[in-house]
Amino acid sequence: MSILVTAATLPDGTTTDLLVDDGVVVERGTGLSRKGATVIDASGLTTLPGLVDLHTHLREPGYEQSETVLTGSRAAASGGFTAVHAMANTSPVSDTAGVVEQVLALGERHGYVTVRPVGAVTVGLAGERLSEIGAMAQSRAAIRVFSDDGKCVSDALLMRRALEYVKTFGGVIAQHAQEPRLTEGAQMNEGVVSGELGLQGWPAVAEESIIARDVLLAQHVGARLHVCHVSTAGSVEVVRWAKARGIDVTAEVTPHHLLLTDELARSYDARYKVNPPLRTNEDVLALRAGLADGTIDIVATDHAPHPAETKECAWGEASFGMVGLESALSVVQASVVDSGQLEWADVARVLSSTPARIGQLAGYDAPFAVGSPANFTLYDAAARSVFAVDHLHGKGVNSPYLGTELPGRVVATVHNGYPTVLDGRLVDAETVAAGVRRG
Amino acid sequence: MRHLLSTRELDRATAVGILDVAEDMADVADREIKKLPTLRGKTVVNLFFEDSTRTRTSFEVAAKRLSSDLVNFSAKGSSLSKGESLKDTAQTLAAMGADAVVIRHASSGAAQVLAQSNWIDAAIINAGDGTHEHPTQALLDAFTMRRRIHGRASRGHDLDGLRVTIVGDILHSRVARSNVWLLQALGASVHLVAPATLLPSELANWPVTVGYDLDEAIRQSPDAIMMLRIQAERMSAAYFPNAREYGRQWGLDDERLARLGPDTMVMHPGPMNRGLEISAGAADSSRSTVLEQVANGVSIRMAVLYLLLASETVA
Repeated sequence: MSILVTAATLPDGTTTDLLVDDGVVVERGTGLSRKGATVIDASGLTTLPGLVDLHTHLREPGYEQSETVLTGSRAAASGGFTAVHAMANTSPVSDTAGVVEQVLALGERHGYVTVRPVGAVTVGLAGERLSEIGAMAQSRAAIRVFSDDGKCVSDALLMRRALEYVKTFGGVIAQHAQEPRLTEGAQMNEGVVSGELGLQGWPAVAEESIIARDVLLAQHVGARLHVCHVSTAGSVEVVRWAKARGIDVTAEVTPHHLLLTDELARSYDARYKVNPPLRTNEDVLALRAGLADGTIDIVATDHAPHPAETKECAWGEASFGMVGLESALSVVQASVVDSGQLEWADVARVLSSTPARIGQLAGYDAPFAVGSPANFTLYDAAARSVFAVDHLHGKGVNSPYLGTELPGRVVATVHNGYPTVLDGRLVDAETVAAGVRRG
Repeated sequence: MRHLLSTRELDRATAVGILDVAEDMADVADREIKKLPTLRGKTVVNLFFEDSTRTRTSFEVAAKRLSSDLVNFSAKGSSLSKGESLKDTAQTLAAMGADAVVIRHASSGAAQVLAQSNWIDAAIINAGDGTHEHPTQALLDAFTMRRRIHGRASRGHDLDGLRVTIVGDILHSRVARSNVWLLQALGASVHLVAPATLLPSELANWPVTVGYDLDEAIRQSPDAIMMLRIQAERMSAAYFPNAREYGRQWGLDDERLARLGPDTMVMHPGPMNRGLEISAGAADSSRSTVLEQVANGVSIRMAVLYLLLASETVA
């Protein structure tokens, strides 16, 4: 199919028409026309490359009551994403070639986004034996990111071996940095608020000490390390120090850690219960500064859908996690774009080209160039609305932003040359799946 | 007052008001017929997700003295122990027409979650939520202190200038948290004593002074010293080496008791570990308020039930 985007303002500020044919950008310029093309007027909108999430929980197989590959893909497309990396804490765990190929195939069939499975580092996420990293790397899913996310690879020897072994296959370990003994029973950030609320603390040092150990291990064995959801000011300092020493480390921050603080726990509303926990305002400011100066490489959502009943209960009994795909771009705008710390070109970097590079996902290095795959999203940064349940398109409604006014609206998303969102509405599943087959 | 969730929401006038109503309720206990018709036709539910015979019984006696219908909904052997959620339980109680729910729950914030929800419209009384608060315990403690000082002429008084030392597991104590906020509202000053492991990591916002040394705190001759119960499981989690060392460093033994002033109140929320945080001599001394605290608990809980349930019909 053909798509003609008129008057697109690209992240670098230039304005151009974009003509898309058979999945790729075929022409740029002004006054373009194509008979029979779907025309999208992008004037007044910000055109961004298709967003790439390095940290998504799609829950399938095993936890389909929380999310499926289809519903999570729809949530992703509605948030402007064209690719997501699906974390391995499924049931069965994504620790074999068979499971990751199944997740890959589900993503391909539905077609809203490119689904890149993440392989587990250890069998069953148990932290005891390496999973078949080679088999997953060489499977049809061609896994390059390995993570026990949800659990930390806390055993120092196993982490060392994982960093070394994954080098063999050109992969990267994405570490969920959480010292398990320091966080037994932890419910929220350890600090002023946890002391008053009587909720067991999750101290910053439990994250920082693991990051410090891991960057030294990565240096020692000459491996690449990615740190998931960095949440504290001290972690930013450790990563900055590691990069200054030339250690090959990348780091991500979630949108919620850029905007929300542990003060919200005073409501005991379990929508604010997340792991790592919401931290203090000082941490939020350090994370924003770290993202702005490049210490933190990317924003990743840690989209974590849960059934309603696991959040409608006492804090201590509730699940950890928030959905984030649908709100990510708005929250990034609210936290670091509107404050002037990031330009839209930086947003394109931290939410598209760099996560694609870390995940070794092809086709995102030269967005909008003639010949590049047509993955982009059109975003109305001037819009404002109160975030509501009808903004959510996955199964989870555990968003911390419900009832909050947020800027921005995704008007259209194009994945591999076919639209998944048009006029602010998701294209239906059959049409999208047909687009995949044609592509 | 719609609910009682935390002492933090009580200002001085409200707190003194509750204590004064409790004085009226205490008078009822001295009558031949210890019963008021005030809450006839009201249904009070004791919703105890955690066992606590003392607190549950105290609320039960209080509710019955006010002539309300009291229903015990306890965890053992009920749907609560079979994993029924707080939400389903609350909606069930709402459907049965509960006017007040007294909730004890192992999770901090459970009472607040219930009060904020649209699951049930009843007045919610926090009877202890996790390691957060236990407001009626703090109220009965304040009531006990006020009576020791002012006797039968307590009405209208706050605790201005009173110096209270709280000793023990502050980190996990809902009694300590509720006392800190209430004592501050009433004008008392609070000093906390504990090993560093059993203090919250950040105390800058707490209206208290903090020390590690019990003997030093005793030298300051406080007006009241409140010993908190030590849970055995804290030892296995390395908060302190063993009971012997804890008792030696932070226990109120006979020798320390002797160094306290003759009028210093010795308080304990119960149940006591005699010989660990408090010696038998201290627990049974004339300075001990332990049994008064139990008796006053009924008066305080009558006052709270009355203020939440009777005054709404008056107003």
